[in-house]
Amino acid sequence: MSLILDAEKCTACGACVDSCPFGVLSLKGETLVIGEGCTLCGACVEVCEAQALSVPETEDPSPRPGVPPGGVWVFAEQRHGVLAPVTRELLGEATRLAKEIDAAVAAVLLGDKVEHLVPELQAAGAQRVYLAEHPLLAEFLEEPYAAALTELARRFQPEIILAGATYAGRAFIPQVAANLKTGLTADCTAFAIDPEKRLLQQTRPAFGGNIMATIITPRTYPQMATARPGTFKPLSSGSSADGQVVRVEFNPGETAPHSRFLATVAEIKERVPLAGAEVIVAGGRGLKDAKNFKLLEELADLLGGAVGATRAAVDAGWIAYPQQIGQTGKTVSPRLYIACGISGAAQHLVGMQSSDFIVAINKDPAAPIFQVADVGLVGDVLEIVPALIQEIKKSRNV
Amino acid sequence: MKIVVCIKQVPETQDVRLDPVTHTLKREGIKSIINPFDLYALEEGLRVKESQGGTVTVLTMGPPQAEEALREALGLGADAAVLLSDRAFAGADTWATALTLAKAVEKLGGADLIFTGKQAIDGDTAQVGPMMASIMNISLASWARKVSFNTAGKAEVERLLDHGYDAVEVDLPALISVTKEINEPRLPSFKAKLKAKKEPIPVWGLADLGLNAAEVGLAGSFTQVVKVFPPPARGTSETWEGSPQDLAARLWQRLQEMT
Ligand SMILES: Cc1cc2nc3c(=O)[nH]c(=O)nc-3n(C[C@H](O)[C@H](O)[C@H](O)COP(=O)(O)OP(=O)(O)OC[C@H]3O[C@@H](n4cnc5c(N)ncnc54)[C@H](O)[C@@H]3O)c2cc1C
Ligand SMILES: Cc1cc2nc3c(=O)[nH]c(=O)nc-3n(C[C@H](O)[C@H](O)[C@H](O)COP(=O)(O)OP(=O)(O)OC[C@H]3O[C@@H](n4cnc5c(N)ncnc54)[C@H](O)[C@@H]3O)c2cc1C
Ligand code: SF4
Ligand code: SF4
Repeated sequence: MSLILDAEKCTACGACVDSCPFGVLSLKGETLVIGEGCTLCGACVEVCEAQALSVPETEDPSPRPGVPPGGVWVFAEQRHGVLAPVTRELLGEATRLAKEIDAAVAAVLLGDKVEHLVPELQAAGAQRVYLAEHPLLAEFLEEPYAAALTELARRFQPEIILAGATYAGRAFIPQVAANLKTGLTADCTAFAIDPEKRLLQQTRPAFGGNIMATIITPRTYPQMATARPGTFKPLSSGSSADGQVVRVEFNPGETAPHSRFLATVAEIKERVPLAGAEVIVAGGRGLKDAKNFKLLEELADLLGGAVGATRAAVDAGWIAYPQQIGQTGKTVSPRLYIACGISGAAQHLVGMQSSDFIVAINKDPAAPIFQVADVGLVGDVLEIVPALIQEIKKSRNV
Repeated sequence: MKIVVCIKQVPETQDVRLDPVTHTLKREGIKSIINPFDLYALEEGLRVKESQGGTVTVLTMGPPQAEEALREALGLGADAAVLLSDRAFAGADTWATALTLAKAVEKLGGADLIFTGKQAIDGDTAQVGPMMASIMNISLASWARKVSFNTAGKAEVERLLDHGYDAVEVDLPALISVTKEINEPRLPSFKAKLKAKKEPIPVWGLADLGLNAAEVGLAGSFTQVVKVFPPPARGTSETWEGSPQDLAARLWQRLQEMT
């Protein structure tokens, strides 16, 4: 299967050549050459004004089955009886989506002795809670979690399943999708419903945040997605906590499990955890030294916030990896993000650009971080941050 | 120990940037590289081979030029390489990719350990490994920073989760995805590089894997990309200049107004 070029329509304008992320297209004189390596991503189709390019239609091997009755599900992630914040965020988003297709919202709660979380889930928007409790679910492991969610989905037939794109979610949700033989879209930052076809449109960044893609699962159910923590809004007013609770047996099967939890060997200790922080002060290579991160800690403490960093700062050993924000670190969306000595590489921006208000401090007026900042301060971060600390202390009379 | 390492050839993402107005990509000639995380997967495969004995086979699905990535891996010390390439594979989503790779491992006669990277830096999904493990019905440990073997012949893996690091034990065969903390990849050796140049690399297509065209590539995919566009630009920003004290005072003023 390959990209289709209508040579009659092609004007050899070359626009598509630059649009291909994989460098597949080239112009030989007046003819467009489609080289090897096309992934049929469709980027070139979009830019061709002459409409000369198209991605082949796939033959539907099986028609889309009827809409399953189970509604919109959210995987309720918890650890040791404490809900992950993304659960509430996704229940908020699920409530919005379910309204559009007139479906119910359910939460799936897996764990050991976690029943006390049911009212919290109901208040966050779950009209129904599926609850499976078992000692094997006490700690996260891909195998039992995938087995339990797969089993529930087979029985109760959801139309959509959303889960947080946390380390746990991204580890076992792909297994559930594979077991159910359905599509899964990774790390989404926006959802919409195509009302006509009742399709979930899932939007996500790829290429380290340089490109956004909208993806559908057109032929199979459930439509599944993992979604970025810190991106969606929880419901503001709690719903009534009188939904239905469906208790299900988790049956780990005949054979002994193939994986076992041994121990938690290190807890990530954060002063104020990045996830859920309202204010984040983040530092990059411009801080020049580990000791200057102390300045950021002081500022963060004054603002009641957390400290984050770029990969460059983490690689330099100035701060630990769990503080890294970006493509290969955490995604955050605080009310206030102060970027100190950070250039604004796409891989960093993808982790913080949905912050409500962004302040950038950088001595280079051309730094890309200024393009996403609401307020940019051009100057030396090692002078401005201490001055800001003084200013705050002065105004608070300390 | 039969070890398979899955590597993917990717464009160097730093060079990719969509112009928000024209929707064209600004790039200074895209270079293809081995997905950076997969170098750590390969290194771990080589280290396990060195400590436990065995062979390391590298596997990639991609266009014919993905052979370069395999040669690079051979130059780093892999024993054998197989290229999965067929026009029918184009447009595969993570499911179709995982199915194709799983069939190839089966054709290799199975594996005791499969290593993958944490994620590919282009598709960025981190889904291929877990899906492969499901399809092959083998154990999975994601996000490993340390792998060792106990006397029972099982793998002990320390892996990253949101709360910290957990140690888990998995039966073999297992698929393990690795993070960058796990090791420091070696540089290619001259000897291996020479050998890598001459090493024949078999190319397996649809028929070799016993799959049919409806199961692979775009046709075999459950997801479909319907639109690709540049990230939305943020609102207009203001840039301030002045003395550090002035800037600090203005900023604090502004931040107080916000709340
Ligand atoms: C696959 C991949 C994944 C990645 N994942 C991530 C990720 O998750 N997170 C991440 O952050 N990065 C990630 N990166 C790295 C990213 O591309 C950048 O290299 C990194 O974000 C740069 O960090 P920085 O802004 O601290 O450093 P630099 O780019 O070096 O910027 C330093 C900035 O500080 C300014 N500066 C210097 N001195 C001063 C001063 N005295 N006062 C004020 N300003 C000053 C400079 O003008 C410059 O703009 C990834 C890269 C790749 C290839
Ligand atoms: C913009 C865009 C967005 C996309 N979004 C999705 C999506 O949300 N869901 C979806 O199902 N598909 C998606 N795809 C398709 C997906 O990128 C491809 O299926 C790709 O082949 C594998 O996914 P990945 O790059 O994310 O790899 P990952 O799953 O991130 O890769 C993890 C590891 O698997 C191994 N691996 C991956 N691919 C190969 C390979 N070809 N050969 C050998 N080893 C490999 C490597 O060890 C790698 O480190 C998207 C494609 C594009 C262009
Ligand atoms: S953008 Fe369209 S018209 Fe222009 S060269 Fe490409 S195919 Fe031809
Ligand atoms: S469909 Fe995507 S990969 Fe194929 S030529 Fe067009 S832009 Fe390149």
